[in-house]
Amino acid sequence: MKLKVNNIEFAYNSIPVLENISMELNCSEVLGIVGPNGTGKSTLIRCIDHILNPKRGSIFLDEQDISKMTRMEIARKIGYVPQSIEGVFPASVIDTVLMGRRPYLGWKSSKEDLDYVLEVLELLGLMEFSMRDINEISGGQQQKVLIARALAQKADLLLLDEPTSNLDIRHQLEVMEIMKNIVKNKEISAIMALHDLNLASRYADRIIMMKGGKIFAAGNPASVLTVENIKQVYGVRALVTDNGERPYIIPIGPVTG
Amino acid sequence: METKQHTLTKEEVKIQYNKFIGRKILFIFFLLASIILVSGISASMGSANLSIWETYSSILNRLFPAYFEPGWIADVCIWNLRLPRIFMGIVAGFGLGVAGCVMQALLKNPLASPYTLGISSGAGFGASLAILTGAGIIQGDYLVIGNAFLFALLCSFIILGLSNQKGATPETMILAGIALMYLFSAMTTILQYFGEAEAVKEAIFWAIGDLGRSSWPKVAIITCTLAGCFPLLMIKSLDLNLMVAGDEIATSLGVNVKRTRIILMAVTTLLVACIVCFTGTIGFIGLVAPHLTRIAIGGDNRFVLPVSGLFGALLLISADLVARRVLAPIILPVGAITAFMGAPIFLYMIMKRKREYW
Repeated sequence: MKLKVNNIEFAYNSIPVLENISMELNCSEVLGIVGPNGTGKSTLIRCIDHILNPKRGSIFLDEQDISKMTRMEIARKIGYVPQSIEGVFPASVIDTVLMGRRPYLGWKSSKEDLDYVLEVLELLGLMEFSMRDINEISGGQQQKVLIARALAQKADLLLLDEPTSNLDIRHQLEVMEIMKNIVKNKEISAIMALHDLNLASRYADRIIMMKGGKIFAAGNPASVLTVENIKQVYGVRALVTDNGERPYIIPIGPVTG
Repeated sequence: METKQHTLTKEEVKIQYNKFIGRKILFIFFLLASIILVSGISASMGSANLSIWETYSSILNRLFPAYFEPGWIADVCIWNLRLPRIFMGIVAGFGLGVAGCVMQALLKNPLASPYTLGISSGAGFGASLAILTGAGIIQGDYLVIGNAFLFALLCSFIILGLSNQKGATPETMILAGIALMYLFSAMTTILQYFGEAEAVKEAIFWAIGDLGRSSWPKVAIITCTLAGCFPLLMIKSLDLNLMVAGDEIATSLGVNVKRTRIILMAVTTLLVACIVCFTGTIGFIGLVAPHLTRIAIGGDNRFVLPVSGLFGALLLISADLVARRVLAPIILPVGAITAFMGAPIFLYMIMKRKREYW
């Protein structure tokens, strides 16, 4: 799976949210998107999945223009993992993951669908909770269920919108480890919007840092997560230590004046 | 990763899952049997004092002639009076139950009912217009019914049209629905303010849901509408599950959310308008049936849809049985009884629930 984003622009009610975004993603790569609240990280992710239509620009999946693909074709290639579960009427965990089979049609889930979903549940260590309702399990497990659904979709590209922001540190690490292993073992790619710069530094192969709807910096973690960039984009003074290849960020305080 | 007592194997989960589905199917048969039972009881009860044997021989005589000899009183009573009413209860209850379930899922709101999009106030206005001024699109016997139907559709389609402009979100639909409900109610009030006392009384009585106006042709019309709408809703019930999980998720899994929402709304509206114009506003069934269903079998709309329909049918014929017998020979309008019976049951279920939702 190769993704290419050319110069996309997006506006909500003519207020520009994304301007001139171009990027590329290779197979088996984890791309982290970082940036302050409201810089358009989630919007970018939704544009890539064609949930939102960019005003200008184009997005290519393996040389195919996604604006010319049908919803179903996109659904078989891209899996979207939202930040948290929503919905007033909760479904069971197993039914939630079975939803991921929707792009392969069949109103009634077939035996193969069920087998595949069980495999995914096992892979993510969710077997125990399969028959529970999704609102009865912890936030960390819910996040895993959402990832499981995207895996059941057999997508080549997973888009995760702040997958760790509601989780305790153990679940944060678990989810990130799961993603790292999946990307490596299943040869898929992932794009994650992240708030935690250290998680991004540790798990992303490349990072895009956004500011005001534009890409401020892009590249490997060490080149993007610098003291100067963090100050410019977040308005935060930080220490960046470099233990080996990945930078480690210690925020100190907001820049004043 | 957490590896505490990994007791469940894939096979075990599979068996549990299939059992879970088996239980839902069993529940459908249970409801069907209950409906047949209550229908039988209801058919044998009434002011004509028929015995259960007379009732059943009259019913069976039409199905298997030459074996039974029912009296003609029983025959007229059962086939011309009671059975149309019971069947009307079944089809109307089924339709309201299904419609309530679709509305709640589409609007992602547990308070939604078949009337959330202003159908009942639209129908009420149409009927009042016909009764009080005699104005209507179709003349003759179906003047009031035709008017109620058309204005119910009109009211809902205005809401659908408006929300279509704004992206068809549940919030827009609910708010537009409330606005139009007030508008049509106000127009009805003004009509009634200037109306003759007798006509006003008739208009108000019309609006109270009642199965007393049942007849075989009306049952047939609702049944045909159901036969057209229900399969379509069932086909879309999986997409309904996805939309409940979130519009973005549904979109990313291949559902055209906006179009699906509008189509399902239009189909449901048609179904409810068709019922309301014959029965008036029978409240509570469409609100409660989906909730009782979710308590019983969980939230998968592929099952909630039919089961909620059956629950609706069962609730309505039971309520009608009470409405006919509780103050006999006076027959109360079932629209009042559904809430009388339904509210305490519903409150009990809410107080007793163990989980955050059902």
